[in-house]
Parts: sequence; structure tokens; C-alpha cells
Amino acid sequence: MEVLVQPASTEEIKPPVTSVGVIGWIRANLFNSPFNSILTLLIFLFLCKIVPPFIKWAFVDCLWNSSGQQCKAVDGACWSVVTRNLRFILFGFYPWDEQWRPVVSIAILFGLFYYSRNRRHWNRKLVYIWGAGVVVMGVLMRGGILGLSDVEPTEWSGICLTLLLSLFGLTAAYPLGVLLALGRRSKMPAIKSLCVVYIELIRGVPLISMLFMSSVMFPLFLPEGITVNKILRAQAAIIMFTAAYIAEVVRGGLQGIARGQYEAAESLGLDYYLKMRLIILPQALKIVIPPSVGILISAFKDTSLVVIIGLFDLLKTTQVTLANPEWMGFSTEAFIFIGLLYFGGCFSMSNFSRDLERQLES
Amino acid sequence: MSEGQTVLAKRAESQSIPFWHDPSKRAIVYQAVALGVVLTLGYYLFAITQANLQRQHIATGFGFIGREAGFEIGESMISFSATNTYARALLVGILNTLEVAVIGIILTIILGTIVGVARLSSNWLLSRLAAGYIEVLQNIPVLLQLFFWYSVFHDSLPLPRQSLNPLAGVFLNNRGFYFPVPVPHPAYARMGIALVIACVACTFLCRWSRRRQEKTGQTFPVWSVTTGMVVALPVIAWVVSGGPTALDSPHLIGFNFEGGMLVTPEFAALLLGLVLYTSAFVAEVVRAGIQAISHGQTEAAMSVGLKPSHVLTLIILPQALRVIIPPLTSQMLNLTKNSSLAVAIGYPDLVSVANTTINQTGQAIEGVAIIMVAYLFFSLVTSAFMNWYNKRKALVER
Repeated sequence: MEVLVQPASTEEIKPPVTSVGVIGWIRANLFNSPFNSILTLLIFLFLCKIVPPFIKWAFVDCLWNSSGQQCKAVDGACWSVVTRNLRFILFGFYPWDEQWRPVVSIAILFGLFYYSRNRRHWNRKLVYIWGAGVVVMGVLMRGGILGLSDVEPTEWSGICLTLLLSLFGLTAAYPLGVLLALGRRSKMPAIKSLCVVYIELIRGVPLISMLFMSSVMFPLFLPEGITVNKILRAQAAIIMFTAAYIAEVVRGGLQGIARGQYEAAESLGLDYYLKMRLIILPQALKIVIPPSVGILISAFKDTSLVVIIGLFDLLKTTQVTLANPEWMGFSTEAFIFIGLLYFGGCFSMSNFSRDLERQLES
Repeated sequence: MSEGQTVLAKRAESQSIPFWHDPSKRAIVYQAVALGVVLTLGYYLFAITQANLQRQHIATGFGFIGREAGFEIGESMISFSATNTYARALLVGILNTLEVAVIGIILTIILGTIVGVARLSSNWLLSRLAAGYIEVLQNIPVLLQLFFWYSVFHDSLPLPRQSLNPLAGVFLNNRGFYFPVPVPHPAYARMGIALVIACVACTFLCRWSRRRQEKTGQTFPVWSVTTGMVVALPVIAWVVSGGPTALDSPHLIGFNFEGGMLVTPEFAALLLGLVLYTSAFVAEVVRAGIQAISHGQTEAAMSVGLKPSHVLTLIILPQALRVIIPPLTSQMLNLTKNSSLAVAIGYPDLVSVANTTINQTGQAIEGVAIIMVAYLFFSLVTSAFMNWYNKRKALVER
């Protein structure tokens, strides 16, 4: 039998102090070469110049709840422009006393998003839950039944309009985009060229030209006596625009499916519709979930463009607040606030998409 | 072929399959239906629009572009006044859009590359800073960023009388940034010609040196010689023409500055907003491109004995560019398309001028058509150029 020979002393030799712990980390990550050392010092100096004055401006010399006149007297940030006008910035012209309704709706929306984050919840039940959620939110916002007072959709403004335009834009554009992608990969020349022309035309022009089209051209397309409200027209333009981008993303997914899958489906005798519905699209759409979240992020950001055609989204309500003589000149604070709102939304979505990509890869 | 088989074949032919079971015939029907639907829809839209236009007494056609515009444009590269035609106004708009787009694209590529490389730096602080830059700027709508910069330039800078004066001759105030420019002199035209000559000469020199290296293996210090030529020739032209140094500096007259070059707050906000926003995306593209090249390539190049600068220029960059160019193209197109947001902060770009035209003439369809055609043209030209460049850089396979 083997005998384990113990060395006389088992004392461990520790790594030198300079290569472990905080000092080691600093040496390895900040001062690992002369060039990096100089760079670190320069950045440090730069941060010292920028950060303390900013903190002083934003958190020390600031006013959180005061009138515009009081704000003009101090050097710091005037966060009062946000706190005093918060309800108008967020909900715009939604009746003042009823503003708990959009709050509850948005809470439901966040709840739905939070529930959908988990991939184990991705099944048929989720579709029903979302359907029910959308109905509840719609009833809450619109009112007219259950003792809730009637609120016209034209009064939905601020963050409600931003969320409405982006979420409905993506949801309605998705089926259209899938059809366009299938059309573009079709072997029928007429259908293929129609889809290619549509997709490339839309992708070649800026969204703002589509919105102009919706605000000044759509009314000319409608027969006499029929008018469609401006929000719906803008929504239609956003859907048409987003569909072209979704089509390209879905096309990428379709191209990513191995040829064998198509051939296997055909050899089973499935026709085009069944082949796509049962074999190809379920796989292709799964691959394109992360880039689709990317499109949702751009749609969320792009809805801010409706300001230009005069719709009261989050950006417009902020501008209206800033046009008030009392709050004129505090645009930096207000823009930082809604910048944070947009950042929070987009950043959490892009993190989700990145996590999902990692999960789907493994 | 035996008689029996012929009979069978004939019978199969005569028992013609119904056309809805024949994929090729079915395809024709589908396409006819699709085209029919699109054409009918188009026809109805056209008819309704015609009726609406007649009812509202709106003129049609592009006749209006020859008429007098009747509005002033804040800044333009060519001379423009209210008595000029709409056509010239639209041309001013197109030139302004191109100005922002071209300058913006150049600055974006430079800044994006720097940030993308910084993101991969081994310096933790720098890489975190670059990551923060990318995340913050990517996730805030570009329109909000434009509003922010415009409000900074327009509201936060002092009045002309209290202008900031960071460098001699440079003034910053809420009317814009004023820079001194050289007084016009024939020397500058000659310098331009000298620069063009230098560039042409450099192109030939590069070709010659590459051919010589392929033949004989001898290298030629192309880099230093070309740099020298590009710098030296214009300097020689300047000295020969008498070396004018007179500067046209901005100076305060009454309530405003005269002379020098003015960069308006609108232009500055638009350019800064677009460059910062797009550079965050370009940085991600550059980072992905560099990371796509496996480390083995660097090690292999080193072990062949190439020096670090050659490793980068001969091995890493050519491969990384292949990954980078297609997404970079789409970012350049995005910047050009986003420049249309100028209308929101009052910079007279194409969309802004076309919008004024629509409001004045009421000819919405023509106005929107002009915007769309112009942007489609920009997009097609840019992607054609980038496709050509991409083909040159693409992997040449058998």
C-alpha cells in the first residue's frame, strides 16, 4: 500500500500582497502598463473636474419643490420643474381626477412584462393573460362602463401615448412583417417584387416622412366625410414603418433555418401553409426574439418623433411645460428626467434581450 | 417506347389535373390576385385623392417649384433670398442635409472607432467609461438628445455681449459659435490644387510601390513619403503665393458679431446630437468587428515575425473591416435619415424646407414625394458605394 508522505511543513506560500486583493486588482486593471497608467490618471483628473460640480449642481444646490421664481435665485438644479409638473408631464390632458386609471394601467403593463420575463411562462396561457390584461387596460383608460367616466382617446397623452404607439405599433406590425418576409422569400416573382419594393422603399426613407404622410397625405386618401383621428393615422404610419424592419429581421431568421427542415417538411407532404406554420416559423421566430426586442426598443424611442406632427407624447408634454413662463429655462432638468425614463425603459429591455440571447444560445 | 406506355402517357395527359392542384398554375393565380388587389387599391386611392384635391381646389403637379418661394432660409451654402424659386429653396435644403450628413458621418466614424477601441481597452476605467457612454447614448431617443443640446446651446450660453471667449478670436454665445477664418486670397485656391495633385501622386506611388514589392520584395516607405507630400505640397504652394496670414476675426458691432465664420446653434446641436447618438452604435459595431477576429490570428501574425503595426494593418484590420462594413453602412444611412429631425429644432434641412413648402402651397403629395425620393436617392447612392467598397474588401474565394 502506498503511503502518503507528508512534507515536514505544510505552510502555504501566499501570493505577494501586490497581486491580490484591491491593490492587485488596481495594478492589473488600471496600471498594467505605462500608457495605461497615464490614461488612468488623465481620466481620473477629468472625472474630478466633472463629477463634483455636477453633484453640487444636481444634489446640493438644488430645489426639489419650489416655485419657478425661487428656482431662478439658486445656482443648482431646479428639480421642481419636474416635481411640480409631474402629473402633466406623465399624463398630459388625461382628466386630472381620473389619473389613477393610467397609473393602474401602467402598473398592470409592468406586471405583465415582469411575468413574461420568465421563459417558463411562455405558453398558451400567457397569450390569454395578455389578452385579458389589454382588455382591462383598455376599459380602464377608455371608461364609459362600470361607473368609470368616459375619456376620449384623444385625451390620452404623455407616457400613455408613448406606450400605446410603441406597443401597438410593434404588435400590429409583427404579423404584417412576417407576411412581408415570407413574400420576399417567395418564388413567385410578382409577390416577391411587391414585397421587396415595399420593404426597401420604407427602409430608405426616414420615419418623419412617413409621419408627415400620415398627417398631411392620409386625409386626402379618405373618401369625403370620413375622418380618422390624428393618433390613429400616426399609429398607422408607425405600423407601416416598423413592419418593414420586422420583415428584414424575420427574413434573417428564415434564412437561418437549415434547408433540411424545408425538405423534411415537404417530404412529409405538408403544403406551404402547414410547412410554414408547423415547421419553419416556430423555429425562425424563436431565433429572432432578441432582434425583435431591439426593434421594440427603436419603436419606443422613435415614437418621440410624433412631437413633430403635434401629438402630445411624453416629449411634447415636457415641451409644453417648459413653454410656461414660470418654468422657462429649466429645460436641462426636465430633459434629464424624461431622458432617465426613456433610458430606464430601453436599458431594461436591452438587458433582457441580451440575457435571452445567452439563454437561447446555450 | 412501347405502345402500352405511350397510351398510358396519353391517358395521363388527357386526364388533366384541375388547375388548383398544379402548383405552377396556382402560383399564377395567386400573383394575379395580389397584383389585382394592389392595383385596385391604388386606383381607388388615386380616384379618391383626385376627387378630394378638386373639391379642395388644390393644384396638382410640380408646377409650383418654379414659383417664387417667399420665405427666408436661415443658413444656406448657396445664396438664397425670398424672391428665389421653390426649386432653389429645396436645393438649399438638400445641400444643408448633405452638409450635416457628410460632416456627421466623418466625425461619427472617427469618434465611434475611438470609443469602440476604448471599450476593449485593458484599462478598466476607460472601458467602463466607454460602456457607459454607449449605453446612455444608445438608450435615449435621438430627438430628445437634439432638444437637449439645442436647449444647452440656445438657453444656457450668454447673450452676444457677454460672449464666452475661450480662445483668442473664438466667441461662444446663444447666437452661435464664431471662429476667425482666413481672408480670401488666391493662395488658398492654389493650396487646394496642390493638395489634389499630392493625393493623385500618392495613389500612383502606392500602386508603384506595391507592384515593385510584389516583383522584387523591396519595400518603400510609402506612409512617410505620402504624408510628407500631402503636407509639403500645399505648404509650398502657400509660401510661393506669398504666405498670406490675414485673418477675418469676428468682432462685436452693436448687439451682434460681424465677420468670421458662424456655426449656428441649430447646426451645432444637430451635428453634436447625431454624432454622439450614432457614434454609440458605431462603437458597438467596431467592438464586434474586432472581437470577431480570433486571437489566433494575432498570434499567428506575430509568430511569422510581423511587427505590431503590420499585424494590425495587414492581418487584423482587413478581416475586421469585412465584419464591420455592412452594419457600418446601415449606421451611416441611419445618420442621414435621422438628420431629417432637423425640422424639430429649426435647422433648414430638406424636410424642414419641404414642410414649409407644403404649408404654403398645400401640395402635400408632391412635397412628401420630394422628401421620399431625395432620401431614397441618398440611401441608394450610399449603399451602392458601400457595396462596391465591401466587394473590394470581401473575402476572395475560389
